[in-house]
Amino acid sequence: MRYFTEDHEWIDVDGAIGTVGITDYAQGQLGDIVFVDVPAEGRQLAKGDEAAVVESVKAASDVYTPVSGTVLEGNAALADQPDLVNSDADGEGWFFRITLSDESELEELMDEGAYEAFVAKL
Amino acid sequence: MSDAETLLNVEDAPEDQEEPQLLPLDAWHRAHGGRMVPFAGYIMPVQYEGIMAEHLWVRESAGLFDVSHMGQLVLTGENVDRALEAVLPGDIQGLGVGRMRYSLLLNDEGGVLDDLMITRRASTDEDGTSSTELYMVVNGATKYDDIGHLLEALPDDITINLQDEQALLAVQGPKAVATVARLVPGVDSLVFMTAGAFAWNGTPLWVSRSGYTGEDGLEISVPAEVVAAFADALLEQPEIRPIGLGARDSLRLEAGLPLYGHDLDPETTPVMADLGFALAKKRREAADFAGAARILAERERGPAVKRVGLLVTGRQPVREGASVVDADGAVIGRVTSGGFAPTLGGAIAMAYVPTDLAAPGTGVRLVQRGKVHEAVVAAMPFVPHRYVRQGAQ
Repeated sequence: MRYFTEDHEWIDVDGAIGTVGITDYAQGQLGDIVFVDVPAEGRQLAKGDEAAVVESVKAASDVYTPVSGTVLEGNAALADQPDLVNSDADGEGWFFRITLSDESELEELMDEGAYEAFVAKL
Repeated sequence: MSDAETLLNVEDAPEDQEEPQLLPLDAWHRAHGGRMVPFAGYIMPVQYEGIMAEHLWVRESAGLFDVSHMGQLVLTGENVDRALEAVLPGDIQGLGVGRMRYSLLLNDEGGVLDDLMITRRASTDEDGTSSTELYMVVNGATKYDDIGHLLEALPDDITINLQDEQALLAVQGPKAVATVARLVPGVDSLVFMTAGAFAWNGTPLWVSRSGYTGEDGLEISVPAEVVAAFADALLEQPEIRPIGLGARDSLRLEAGLPLYGHDLDPETTPVMADLGFALAKKRREAADFAGAARILAERERGPAVKRVGLLVTGRQPVREGASVVDADGAVIGRVTSGGFAPTLGGAIAMAYVPTDLAAPGTGVRLVQRGKVHEAVVAAMPFVPHRYVRQGAQ
């Protein structure tokens, strides 16, 4: 099941493990991505914390974690290929995996239909 | 996700500015997929297909830039060249017809009010006698202040005409001149920093072989009412694609060229900005331009701080506003432009640093949003210029 935030992050949840990325809409707004700073394994994050930094040619943006938990791993592939976020934001361009500490936080997020409706109004 | 810094090097309009103006090509940019943003008091395209692709296209082929926001001024009057030398440190009296120079508009303290291109061109007086006039292209964000300063500084019999009925296009890249020559015969006879009158389908154009990307190319002044048709004709050439402000900024940064309002401002002098080439020898000897005493003293003894290029370790851009710090973390300078260099595949910047740290190869530390970045002072341009000079053809 995939959930979305109003800040254009997505999280795929499988049991207590979530994979977080930014949406295709977000990468399109950012333009060419040249650098991504992902969180280190073991980092404790509270929902809404700044978890990663994504830099396009023209701007730097913070990426917030949609849920609280402990980082399992950052996507090491983004160090050499930050443009994976442009080419495959929904898949290979994921940012980090996290062990959820409170699965009830997911209830506050949007499903795909709600996110699409949200973006359509922007 | 949220923008920590939005469009750092391309958002220039002060917040108190009036409603941004529209360019003559506004509808054309939108029709070609331009993403429009406010810049220098205008709504301008920041990108079309994407900054990276546009940047690389200019380096290998040719790109079309709309720079109609810039001020095109024509100055006329007896001894206008001599009068202008009060506020420009270049040899304007020695400027030949069809020749152009880069120069700096200075205040009385020697601070840079603007950087500009000035060209002497032939004209005809009202009584039919042949004469010359000076054509200046100044920055868009500063053009009205420049006119105000010039009106103060110049004698009353000098006339300044802001040509706001003229659009300005730049075509830049290794294939620019040969491609434009198919539409505008003869422009390939120009060499770098020369200019002349040409025509496209009967429309008069003023064309110079110049630009601000480090590449060979042309800048073309064209009447606003035909600029859309002319831009269409240029874009029909397979070598030419439209290029936005984003790539214009990364191209000029790689070329080591300062951007006014970022790398230059009234607090910087030509010596601090490492633009000593704009101080003509004859003018230095005469010491008769605004701020000459301070500027010449600085040139003699060295400025306290100097504009340098930086190669930043790693891929993360370090942008305008980052600090240069010493080993103890004390702020000793600041980054005035910075970003990712598509041609080099790494991060580069321009900064003002103490002169004893300005030699190429010197290591410096930068701090941005609490994170330390290592950098090395590098000679500029970062990417070699490819201008086509006299005798090179």
